[in-house]
Amino acid sequence: MADKLSRATLVKPSSRMAAKAHLEPVENLFMNPEAAPAGHVCKASVRNLNFFYGNNQVLKSVSLDFYQNRVTALIGPSGCGKTTLLRCFNRMHDLYPHTRYEGEIILYPDGINIIHPDTNPLEMRLRIGMVFQKPNPFPKSIFENVAFGLRLRGVRGSLLQDKVEAALNAAALWEETKDRLRESAYKLSGGQQQRLCIARALAADPEILLFDEPTSALDPVATARIEELIISLKSRVTIIIVTHNMQQAGRLSDFTGFLYLGELIEFDRTATMFTTPAHPMTQDYLTGRFG
Amino acid sequence: MREMDSYIARSLWQDRMFACLGVLCTVFGLAALCALLVKLALDGASRIDWQFFFSYPSRHASRAGILSAWVGTLVVMSVTFCTAIPLGIAAGIYLEEYARKNWLTHIIEVNIANLAGVPSIIFGLMALGLLVYLLHLGQSVLAAGLTLGFLVLPIVIVATREALRAIPTEIREASYALGASKWQTVWHHLLPYASGGIATGVIIAMSRAIGETAPLITIGALTFIAFLPPSPVSPSPPFLSLDWLHSAFTVLPIQMFNWVSRPQQEFHLNAAATGLVLIVFTLSLNALAIIIRYRMRRRIKW
Amino acid sequence: MQDQYLLENRAGDAPVLETSAASPAHLTRLKRVRWREWPIEMLLFGAAGFSILINVGIVGTLIYESLVFFRHVSLWDFLTDPLWTPLFADPHYGILPLLCGTVMTSLIALAVAVPVGTIIALYLSEFASPWVREAIKPVLELLSAVPTVVFGYFALLFMTPLLQKFIPDLPGFNMLSAGLVMGIMIIPYVSSLSEDAMQAVPMLLREGAYACGANRLTTALRVVFPAALSGIGASYILAISRAVGETMIVAVAAGMQPNLTWNPLKGAATVTAYIVQVSLGDLPHGSIGYQTIFAAGLALFLLTLVFNILGHLLRRRFREVY
Ligand SMILES: Nc1ncnc2c1ncn2[C@@H]1O[C@H](COP(=O)(O)OP(=O)(O)O)[C@@H](O)[C@H]1O
Ligand SMILES: [Mg+2]
Repeated sequence: MADKLSRATLVKPSSRMAAKAHLEPVENLFMNPEAAPAGHVCKASVRNLNFFYGNNQVLKSVSLDFYQNRVTALIGPSGCGKTTLLRCFNRMHDLYPHTRYEGEIILYPDGINIIHPDTNPLEMRLRIGMVFQKPNPFPKSIFENVAFGLRLRGVRGSLLQDKVEAALNAAALWEETKDRLRESAYKLSGGQQQRLCIARALAADPEILLFDEPTSALDPVATARIEELIISLKSRVTIIIVTHNMQQAGRLSDFTGFLYLGELIEFDRTATMFTTPAHPMTQDYLTGRFG
Repeated sequence: MREMDSYIARSLWQDRMFACLGVLCTVFGLAALCALLVKLALDGASRIDWQFFFSYPSRHASRAGILSAWVGTLVVMSVTFCTAIPLGIAAGIYLEEYARKNWLTHIIEVNIANLAGVPSIIFGLMALGLLVYLLHLGQSVLAAGLTLGFLVLPIVIVATREALRAIPTEIREASYALGASKWQTVWHHLLPYASGGIATGVIIAMSRAIGETAPLITIGALTFIAFLPPSPVSPSPPFLSLDWLHSAFTVLPIQMFNWVSRPQQEFHLNAAATGLVLIVFTLSLNALAIIIRYRMRRRIKW
Repeated sequence: MQDQYLLENRAGDAPVLETSAASPAHLTRLKRVRWREWPIEMLLFGAAGFSILINVGIVGTLIYESLVFFRHVSLWDFLTDPLWTPLFADPHYGILPLLCGTVMTSLIALAVAVPVGTIIALYLSEFASPWVREAIKPVLELLSAVPTVVFGYFALLFMTPLLQKFIPDLPGFNMLSAGLVMGIMIIPYVSSLSEDAMQAVPMLLREGAYACGANRLTTALRVVFPAALSGIGASYILAISRAVGETMIVAVAAGMQPNLTWNPLKGAATVTAYIVQVSLGDLPHGSIGYQTIFAAGLALFLLTLVFNILGHLLRRRFREVY
């Protein structure tokens, strides 16, 4: 299994200017493309991703892999580009003018490049679900919220009912809402709304589920429920979660990527990174010296 | 997989179709505006000359002009301006800066909202019963100006309030911190900063008033006026006279209405020419408001 | 009280707080300033309160003159008599024909303005680029800045001849042409206010729909439209209220004959057109003919009042949502 893999960190000597040395990413086995560690199947692979808002480059040559049925956390100080990276996966940036991608994000097994101009963003959004920082249910009934993605695909009748129930079950919301499916989603509490959004994303059976700080607007109890839920979903989907909460990353994720100023500084098993970070920057961030 | 492809194809097609529909509807609106302008210009342009501007209406279409109408519009508008602007700005200042949140303020706000929604012809009926007969103002310039002033009052109030509301609280605090009183703050700081917004509101209000016809017909404006209101200045003491306020009058839109309601084709041309004058007035006022608003948005960023 | 002098202020404004350090002279100065400003505040209050007077004037005039009218004509006749011939030798005072004209022309106008305005709003808000939106919106708004008598001219001498090409026996005065042009006039009321309501829908909601794989149209129709519904509804209500109160277009192009008909190809008088028609003649002050226009005006006022209240409630809900 994966445990066989000893941490073989090869700190490549930096060839660039010393002044930038502290930003030089630490390369390790996991940062080697095509070579998924034993027992891991690569689901998506980011290669030399650059991203621009106008002339402002927000992601700088980011490369990392995401493994199937694993939770990968993206951490880093605020403004480092975590959300930006996450939103590349479902081409959310296409909604806004003056945004530009460079590089590739390969989605396996079909090897399609998500950010290629010829790739249809709709297809990516159908295959990759997203849960936002603030719960954003539609101004519709609970049922219609979950059914939204299914209706797009032409699901109807009893199949629709079944799938909505299954999604609500998977999001641990069925028991609370089965008697009030026709009520407005706005009547739910914040935590319930966020689980509804998870159900909405799950209903369409996505291959990858993106979470952008899903608990930052919630109280501790609701946060705990969402965290449980995310762990239980691991068997179904590949999960990428952005969080500013290091404890949360530690609790939830199998892998963690640390971003700083748009660069990937370190990527490793969460357990390894949190105990023996390879890069001094990571160490500083984890110990709360900045961020 | 094929399902997804067909969904994507369908989605793109839907989006494209709706975008076409949207462009179509927008173009329809713009085309209607263009058609209106072109129709007026084609019909009316030939009638526009000096003689048209400086003749009184006449039974002969080709000899008729709009002298009494544009002079009437001018004098009525001056009364409207003097009514709506001070009243509206003062009311706006009161509601935004002085009023406490109580039932009285609420009632005032409801009243203003209601005034904004009342059809203009109802203002005419009010003016007929109240100004013309009860206050014995008669069918005069004064009555007409006041009517239109009341009519556009809500526009000025709302614009003033919005302009004042856009000024951040810090400006007020800074002024108070220097020891300024409330009125000094309003007069020296808030009004100058809000002037752009208030000006656009005033312009829109005046452009609305210029085009109003129904309330003035209701108070009994005459449609055939072959004289001008008496001059406000006279060669003998006391040199200034307010007799023009009590003069009978007609205005451009009423003159146009009068001509368009006649069966003879020639008078329709006069109507078109009058409409052209009217529309040039109102559209340039509106364009001015748009420009002020646009430049304001670029200049001031709180 | 002596140590602290608190100038009264509305909550939210900075209270001017004078501490004990202030000299007595300073205190009197403040008092004087406050005293001196009291008349200013009263003047401003008077200006604001003036709107109440105008409203009282409107309601008072309408009711006063209508009461005289209703002393001659029973309310029952007013509401049920199918004829409106107040100036004939055999006078009938049934408001129905006038209301029928008003309702018909308004319905035609709304049939144009609501779909076209809504589609424009959806297009500008959800499809067009911000640049296009900023450029188009003020130009479209010019449509509602055109004086209505000019629209009347347009209806009578452009729209009607145009329609007569397709409907040869269309009379010169007809409700169809007046209604269509009125619809064009109120397009901006619908499109601008609906677009504002759609712009107020948080981006987060749209992103939720797009993230589910929805296209623009689905996002616009199934998410943005319902979310902005109360604002859009308020814009429809305003459009209705404008159509019902519109005067000059119908007075010029729909004719002034009261006519109880649901046929849009016929001419008919609306409530407003009737008031104009009577005002053009010179009826003696105090005659029954004179009072009819106040009774008709009262009916119109009540009609628009209902819509204004509805719109007000909708707008308040719209403000509460976000
Ligand atoms: N819409 C935008 N336009 C321009 N710059 C943006 C936009 N959104 C984010 N940025 C910039 O991109 C950087 C990364 O933002 P983001 O990905 O949201 O950070 P994080 O999620 O890690 O806090 C920030 O410096 C931010 O200022
Ligand atoms: Mg973020």
